[in-house]
Amino acid sequence: MGELQKRAQGLAAKPWFRMPRQPMLRHLTYAAVAVVFLYFLTQKLSAFNDYEVGQIAFYAVALAGLTLLTGINGQISLGHGGFMAVGGFTLALLVEHTTWNVVPELAIAIATSALVGAVIGIPATRLRGPYLAGMTLMVALGLPYLTNQYNSFFGGDQGLTTPQPTGPASINPEQWLAWIQLACALIVLILLGNLLRSRFGRSFRAVRDDEIAASLAGIHVARTKVIAFMVSAGCAGLAGALLALSAGGVNSAEFPLSISIYLLAGMVIGGTGSLMGVWWGAILIVYLPTSWAPALASHFHVNSQVSANLAVIIFGLVLVVGMLVAPGGIQGALRWVAARVGAYFSPDGVPNMKLSLQEAPTDRAVHDGESVTQVGEPGVQVHPTND
Amino acid sequence: MQFFLNITLGGIATGMIVAAVALGLVLIFRATNIVNFAQGAMAMMTTYIAYAVLHQGSGYWLAFVAALATGLLFGALTQVVLIRPLQGKSPLNAIIVTFGFLIFLEGVAGAIWGSQTRTYPAPFSEAGQKIGNTQIAFSPFDVFVVLAVLALMILMLVLFRGTDLGLRMRAVAFAPETARLLGVRVRPLLTLGWALSAAAGVLAALLVVPTSSLTPNFMDVILIYGFTAAVVGGLDSPVGALVGGLATGLSLAYVGGYLGGSLEPMAALALVIVSLMIRPEGLFARPAPRRV
Repeated sequence: MGELQKRAQGLAAKPWFRMPRQPMLRHLTYAAVAVVFLYFLTQKLSAFNDYEVGQIAFYAVALAGLTLLTGINGQISLGHGGFMAVGGFTLALLVEHTTWNVVPELAIAIATSALVGAVIGIPATRLRGPYLAGMTLMVALGLPYLTNQYNSFFGGDQGLTTPQPTGPASINPEQWLAWIQLACALIVLILLGNLLRSRFGRSFRAVRDDEIAASLAGIHVARTKVIAFMVSAGCAGLAGALLALSAGGVNSAEFPLSISIYLLAGMVIGGTGSLMGVWWGAILIVYLPTSWAPALASHFHVNSQVSANLAVIIFGLVLVVGMLVAPGGIQGALRWVAARVGAYFSPDGVPNMKLSLQEAPTDRAVHDGESVTQVGEPGVQVHPTND
Repeated sequence: MQFFLNITLGGIATGMIVAAVALGLVLIFRATNIVNFAQGAMAMMTTYIAYAVLHQGSGYWLAFVAALATGLLFGALTQVVLIRPLQGKSPLNAIIVTFGFLIFLEGVAGAIWGSQTRTYPAPFSEAGQKIGNTQIAFSPFDVFVVLAVLALMILMLVLFRGTDLGLRMRAVAFAPETARLLGVRVRPLLTLGWALSAAAGVLAALLVVPTSSLTPNFMDVILIYGFTAAVVGGLDSPVGALVGGLATGLSLAYVGGYLGGSLEPMAALALVIVSLMIRPEGLFARPAPRRV
């Protein structure tokens, strides 16, 4: 045995570094690199930049949940901002009525939004089609009305306040909050990365590609879809709770429909189904409405009415044009470039198939729906009647 | 008792408007398995155009006809430019594109006309009528709403059941591939379907705008009520759209009247959940067997 292994090792050229094959170890390696990088980044940044980094972190959490739901499981939510609101309000209510530590508060925010997700997800799985999309849109549109109806409980227009968690005295509070948010983002991404490589992840993909085949293979289709939706809603709830900490309070205006739109556009631009792509989307969500769109507006000297709506117009365009022209998003484009560059340097001139094959199925649901729809559609059947 | 009667009458008027939105959604869903989330926003744009026509000094009815015509054109154009390239792809793509289009249109409307509310006139009095000694909350405008939506429904019925064109459209919706083999030109008919659906949405918008007011997002809530009605009635049944619309309008009116108006959107969600739990296919949908 030992002899064979030695010979095999001698045959293969040994690269100077190889990522661990175990998913957990690999993801922890990525996370360790990210921790070092982010530690130095937050040291360099001003308090306001820390605030923005924290924002990027919690949008990354929400996007990770959404991209898992849509890219991996083939379901869609148009109202993830609604689940963020559930998480945010849960945290704020806990702050108001209890004196707990921030960790259990975040955990309960996750659990509550996952539970609301189950209430929406279970009926929606009874049918295929756009039911989940419509129902989540209703959640996002309806929740502000609900908080208005019971405004003594939800704090009315002022909403509820959520004081920032305080850390050690040597660290300034903005940095401490940014660290909490970044830690949450890294933990969520590690856990989701592992989940996708597990039995659940494979079931999610199987259900997306063909529900009938998946059920024949022994997968409980409805349960799988509900689990995916609950995980996704839980992520959104965590993101909403972290948003509440950043904003220092929640009210119904804090979670408008536009957050749901931003999340969808961020998912599309990052690359649907790619956990790495969520960072691109999160950066877009944080900087486009507050810095890039105003800069663009002042550059072209448009009036205030146009500049107020510019970000929304761009996000709408991103959704429409992105879906029609580049469904793979930034991460898909990077992967394409990496495969071409790899082909240029590899001796046989063939693109690195392992790279593209590994990731290709992830984009499938959004690229070529063949595998998802055509099977069940009545229209594809071509047999003229004989009578 | 009188309160109950007034709420019921209001619910019927709202229900008819919701039914028109639901009919628009159903027309497209039957033919292409897509729910057009942009329908409300498309109707909103058209209503702004009608508003502009109205303020050129033209009368209500010219603006009304102009809005319907623009709506037909807008629907057809949307189908050709945005939806046709998506054929044969995942329905998720279509949902994202129609939703993105909704946002885009609301942004554009806000950029052009601003977010301030405008009032849009009604062609008939909106005051309730006196019958005998009791004041009832059913205005001549409400009568017009009911009649207009009924006229739309009858026109659609005549088109789909009574004409050759309608037969072909039904064939395309039912089995596009077979219809094509039998010599039906599928693509223009799908475009026509979108045009008709958009016109139904425009009619709903014109009927709702005098009682709400004209803002870039005034159709958002009406759209989700229309979705509710379409789900309750069955997403691919035009009759279901009418019945579902009335059911939704009445339920929301009772919730709004007795519990509080802010609860209406959540009541609509509850209605969808309950109806999916009890009768997932909707009240009137034909059962859809899944083929492998």
